[in-house]
Amino acid sequence: MYKRDTAAATRRRVNQAGRRHFDGGKFQPVDYPHRLNFYTTPPTEEVTLDEFEQWAIQRLKVLTEIESALFRNKTPDELKSILNDLLKRHLPLDANSSRSESLTAQRRTDHYSHFILRLAFARSDELRKRFSKAETILFRHRLMTDDGLEREGFIASLGLDWERLSDDERSELESELKAASGGKKNLEPTYYKIDWEKVPELVERRMVFLKRGMAYVPASLQTAVVVGEFTNHLDRALELTARALPRLDEDERLIPILNHLSHGFTAPEFTSDPNGTHLPGTAITAASIDSLLQHFPACMLHLHTTLRRNKHLKHFGRLQYTLFLKGIGLSVEEALIFWRSSFSATPEDKFNKEYRYNIRHAYGLEGNRRDYKPHSCQQILLEHAPGNGEAHGCPYRHFGPDNLRAFLQTQMGVTDSSVLQGVKNDNEARKYHLGCNRVFEWKHREELKREKESGKGTVKETIIHPNEYFLRSWELAHPDEVQEAAKKMEGMEMKDEVMM
Amino acid sequence: MFDDDEDLIGDDGDDTDLLTAEEKAKVSVKDASFSDPQVMYAFYQRLFPWRQLFQWLNHSPIPSNDFMHREFAFTLQNEAYLRYQSFPTFETLRKEVLRLNPSRFEIGPVYSANPRDRKALRKAVFKPINKELVFDIDLTDYDDVRTCCDKANICEKCWQFITVAIKIMDVALREDLGFKHIMWVYSGRRGAHAWVCDKKARQMDDGKRKAVAAYLEVIRGGAQGGKRVHLRRPLHPHLTRSMDVLKDSFTTDVLINQDPWREPEKSARLLHLISDKTITEALREKWNSEPSRSSVKKWADIDEVAKSGISRHLNVQQLRENKQDIVFEYLYPRLDVEVSKHLNHLLKSPFVVHPGTGRVCVPIDATRPEDFDPLSVPTVTQLLAEIDATTGEEKMADYEKTSLKPYVDFFKRFVAALVKDETTAVKREREKEEAARAAAAGPGMAAEMEF
Repeated sequence: MYKRDTAAATRRRVNQAGRRHFDGGKFQPVDYPHRLNFYTTPPTEEVTLDEFEQWAIQRLKVLTEIESALFRNKTPDELKSILNDLLKRHLPLDANSSRSESLTAQRRTDHYSHFILRLAFARSDELRKRFSKAETILFRHRLMTDDGLEREGFIASLGLDWERLSDDERSELESELKAASGGKKNLEPTYYKIDWEKVPELVERRMVFLKRGMAYVPASLQTAVVVGEFTNHLDRALELTARALPRLDEDERLIPILNHLSHGFTAPEFTSDPNGTHLPGTAITAASIDSLLQHFPACMLHLHTTLRRNKHLKHFGRLQYTLFLKGIGLSVEEALIFWRSSFSATPEDKFNKEYRYNIRHAYGLEGNRRDYKPHSCQQILLEHAPGNGEAHGCPYRHFGPDNLRAFLQTQMGVTDSSVLQGVKNDNEARKYHLGCNRVFEWKHREELKREKESGKGTVKETIIHPNEYFLRSWELAHPDEVQEAAKKMEGMEMKDEVMM
Repeated sequence: MFDDDEDLIGDDGDDTDLLTAEEKAKVSVKDASFSDPQVMYAFYQRLFPWRQLFQWLNHSPIPSNDFMHREFAFTLQNEAYLRYQSFPTFETLRKEVLRLNPSRFEIGPVYSANPRDRKALRKAVFKPINKELVFDIDLTDYDDVRTCCDKANICEKCWQFITVAIKIMDVALREDLGFKHIMWVYSGRRGAHAWVCDKKARQMDDGKRKAVAAYLEVIRGGAQGGKRVHLRRPLHPHLTRSMDVLKDSFTTDVLINQDPWREPEKSARLLHLISDKTITEALREKWNSEPSRSSVKKWADIDEVAKSGISRHLNVQQLRENKQDIVFEYLYPRLDVEVSKHLNHLLKSPFVVHPGTGRVCVPIDATRPEDFDPLSVPTVTQLLAEIDATTGEEKMADYEKTSLKPYVDFFKRFVAALVKDETTAVKREREKEEAARAAAAGPGMAAEMEF
């Protein structure tokens, strides 16, 4: 795994195929005059397999977070601050003016990781679309945060097909341009003429004046043009990559990595630890579940109380709850005990016939033996809305406003009316996660404050998985155990390194 | 049943591919004479302009993929719907139509491969690649405004909505978006379709189609909702120009002909659209004392009440904008944007017969849409009678003996201009491509293969 292998041989072979196909092509080392990259030229230098994977994973983290921010309906401002933070950690890219020594290294990482992921995500139409969308948002963010002069230089380097409007034409069209600009008092000094098809976003919102197929774009809206061009280019390139993929003459080093990468780019999933136990120092058993309820998110608490009350749960409720419990570390043996005792009104043979299989199935021990993952908020929100008599789903989404309020007050113990009002507002904005996170933050306000003061707080990201909610809640309540466990882990890693 | 509706292709939507012999046998005979299978057969055989249709879709004299990979969909007399039909030549298309004798047929997109082979192909390989940009305007969408007719019925008065729509849309498509080959077609009953045939338009992806649809769309939301027109001020040049057209016909076409606010329940809608509450109250009072005041008077009342100075904080600008919005809401084209947004939407072919009215879907001359009278469009039975009534002149094609002639001639001219542009464009493109190929031998091109 750690041998310093290079993918060069592979690449050379691919190169030859490429050359044959395109009738010659030169590969030169790339230098990076601009912070931003349109990714038109593929990287050609050798990288180690390690770097290959590492860089891709860093970029993937950013793209995944962009996707989940989109799906949580983040506002542009929220997205901006999330991205600022993420990029600083995973994919920094400094401006020329920073004179940073790692400029080239940063740009190289950005360049290579983009192309690696392109290979990983060209495979299917759906992946291509999602990749292109996330990359577009990343690009737009970087373009917007770029230094003014450097941005201008970068845009000029693209050689896009736009024509600067002459002063005569500008004054001739003054009233139209003004009207299209939405009533700005003064006309912008610089306008560009460009085929409207390059700026469909602006056309769609009637933000530009159109004449005979040309859009008259003020310099201030240029970003949209550049971003549109970036997307077009990327989409075309992805198509080409997809077509070339089957011919990728590859040994068994890159393909597994690429497959693995594209699997990572799915809806946020909670991967359960194969060892089963998550909570340092505590083994979860059927008997201990009732003592952990204060760490449960609303959806799971609702399932649990319904189960206790009715001594029964319907199919999707069982599934959602079983997988959650599996995710927090309940073993299949304990799960069977838990469900058997919970279904106390159900005769033994009926339980064995109808429910036992389901539970074992969820643990991947029956049927197709798939290791089912605990449902994410996305799945819970979007799949199988609960019907009559069903307790699964998300209370924030599937309860009526009055029921939700009562539930939060009596079951979750929310007493602060401003929190309740906040949840109501979140729901009206259809931001169900935010309501849930709001309750979480309120319930853990003391611990969070302590964590913040001690400076040990991890970067706060919105919770988007019930198991994440549970784990985070548990960890906040048991800071010492968490620290202990972290120390142990470090120790183990050190040992590993020594062994190498 | 015979609404002017279209079907959107679902990705997995499969078709009724072949009819069983039994199904074929029970082709029902409708009592209405114009949907009589024999009448339709004679129409397809003697009158339908097959060659022009072919040239229109093929863009050159020799059959190309533009035609060969184009989807046709037939609605048979028994209402079975056959998707993914395609034909190598217009003769084969004609033959198949005569064999199946559909009550109507629709035109879909050109696919990346022959639609008939789709089952043997992977989804990624078989996909729509181009189609005319289309628009659909239907008078049923005006039902909350028009008082003269409802549902499938139309008259001269409400047809004016379509006339205005054509004027506004046609100029925007030409002047703003730069399209040249736009054909308007009567949908056979109560609406019109636009086919924008420029190569650039045909190649647009769904994103661009959506952008055009949104650019042209002003009225959003259903009749139940609140305000349906939300426009930024100052108005975009397209809207200012549209306003000029609307203003001219608002009094006649809406206020006089439709009189939409005569009933008190209906005038409530008008009051709802005025923001100044003092004015609405004054108007409500006034109209309560004279409930059946005409719309013309009610419209004038707004200004009168405003001028009387009853509202101390009257915002003249706002009131003017309210009135503009009302004009937009009542007269601006109401598009079925879903039809326009998707590359894979099917639309009824020009020159087919509307099964409910028997009228042929003939082109409308958009340079003078006000001259078009949907009620005098020839019906299929009338046309067949006209052929029979003509004697002598054996050399004449059948359509030339009928009142379909001017429409076919119009279509011919339209197609000729399109084909001419297309052939010169193809030549130019070829030259450009050659130049590009020479230049592309350098680095960069191999890029996409590689990383």
